[in-house]
Amino acid sequence: MQLTNRSVHVVNKKMNFWERIYLPAILKGMSITIRHFFMKPATVKYPDQHREFAPVFRGWHVLKRDEQGRENCTACGLCAVACPAEAITMVAEEREKGEEHLYKEEKYAAVYEINMLRCIFCGLCEEACPKEAIFLTDRIVPSDYARDGFIFGKDMLVEGTTPDKRIDVTKRQKHVQEPKWASETAK
Amino acid sequence: MSIFLLFVFAVVVEKMILIVVLFTITLGVAAYSTYGERKIAAFMQDRIGPDRAGPWGLLQPIADGVKMFTKEDFMPNQAEKWLYILAPGAFIFVACMTSAVIPWGTQLTLFGGSIDLQVTNINIGILYIMGFVSLGVYGIMIGGWASNNKYSLYGAIRASSQMISYELAMGLALISVVMISGSLSLRDIAEQQTGFGWNIIYQPLGFIIFFTCALAECNRAPFDMAECETELIGGYHTEYSSMKLGFFLFAEYINMFISCAVISTLYFGGYNFPGLDPAWLGGLMGPIVLFAKIFFFIFVFMWIRWTLPRFRYDQLMHLGWKSLIPLAILNMVLTGGGILLFGN
Repeated sequence: MQLTNRSVHVVNKKMNFWERIYLPAILKGMSITIRHFFMKPATVKYPDQHREFAPVFRGWHVLKRDEQGRENCTACGLCAVACPAEAITMVAEEREKGEEHLYKEEKYAAVYEINMLRCIFCGLCEEACPKEAIFLTDRIVPSDYARDGFIFGKDMLVEGTTPDKRIDVTKRQKHVQEPKWASETAK
Repeated sequence: MSIFLLFVFAVVVEKMILIVVLFTITLGVAAYSTYGERKIAAFMQDRIGPDRAGPWGLLQPIADGVKMFTKEDFMPNQAEKWLYILAPGAFIFVACMTSAVIPWGTQLTLFGGSIDLQVTNINIGILYIMGFVSLGVYGIMIGGWASNNKYSLYGAIRASSQMISYELAMGLALISVVMISGSLSLRDIAEQQTGFGWNIIYQPLGFIIFFTCALAECNRAPFDMAECETELIGGYHTEYSSMKLGFFLFAEYINMFISCAVISTLYFGGYNFPGLDPAWLGGLMGPIVLFAKIFFFIFVFMWIRWTLPRFRYDQLMHLGWKSLIPLAILNMVLTGGGILLFGN
């Protein structure tokens, strides 16, 4: 049975004269390589140039802050529950008086850790999050020599407060599919 | 008497300067062949190639040289010490020696005098080149044997049997050239090919045979049987490191340069080009034309390397013994018949 029409039937036929002296085939091959000689190289000089990722690319997570610089995350634990790789752990804490400028709601994550070696970058945490707190970005998780270095705490995940340290996730927000039930209940 | 001594001294100095210049050019061309090889390979594979060291990576050969010199100079415990050290030296020495008889131009007029652009015009130039090319096998064989490593030895045996096989066809192809030019001196052969009277017109088959054999002599793809990662690790220089390895690799590039010079001289008119008198620019036109031809052939060598897959060893031997040698003999007979019928 043929699965594709690309398969070639092998015949053990004798080569004819032109095939046996190799030269026409050699010239044909050389014409192909000389054509490539003048083609534009496909190289992306990586550390200098970056190839643009697709909008759906899922890399290094970010924990977002709102416009006033308060952390969105309320340590509800839905992301940890949704995580198929069980890469997320957190410790919740209650917001004290005078910390209103730091955390958006009364509860926040005192510790929030993602084990980047366990994470499969599926994006389910992002879908599970009801507070738009966690997003996957187009940044690549850096390499390290030891396993400890891959457990990213809040220092590696929460974005900065100053405008230049904010991480743009608008592309992701557009591409995160709204669950079906959300639109149905809205009706 | 003193005038005679002065004359001898002047000739010796003149030749010494020529040798040093030639040596420098040979090494420079060989060094930049490595760069050219990598760039050409890259372009043919739609890549960029070395571009970090200097503008367009032009300092890459220097960086490679520094790397080669600073690497650990390792010697296997059981190696034959003297032969192990001798082999790369012998190989590169033999490679450099062949450039002596190649006529790089007619004469260079300098300060009113004129200098022959050839280190020595011996009347058996072709024989000299063939002799030294054959000696190249010794460097490989000694190196492979002295390493006391079976892979090195296999590689050396492969390389030397290949070179010996192809030398036969090469010599037979050369005889046809000698027949039509009537001289073994490379200068005579070059001088006869003024204008468009290049030997390639009379010897197309001989050229193809010679060119194929030159590829095989230089151990270059598609005949690079001496190196084979899957079967032989690195071939005859498996156990070599540092500049000893560098010498082996370098000598192969020198061999390629000399091969291209010989091909240009024997079949493509040497320093002659129709419309360009080799005496122009104070005699510099000849070397310019010759080097243009040499660089073109170096490019073709590399072009072939990055196009063709390699032969299997039995195919290599079949091609050498069953195709090229009979063809070379046929070519010889045809040339003889041609000379008999049409005169010279």
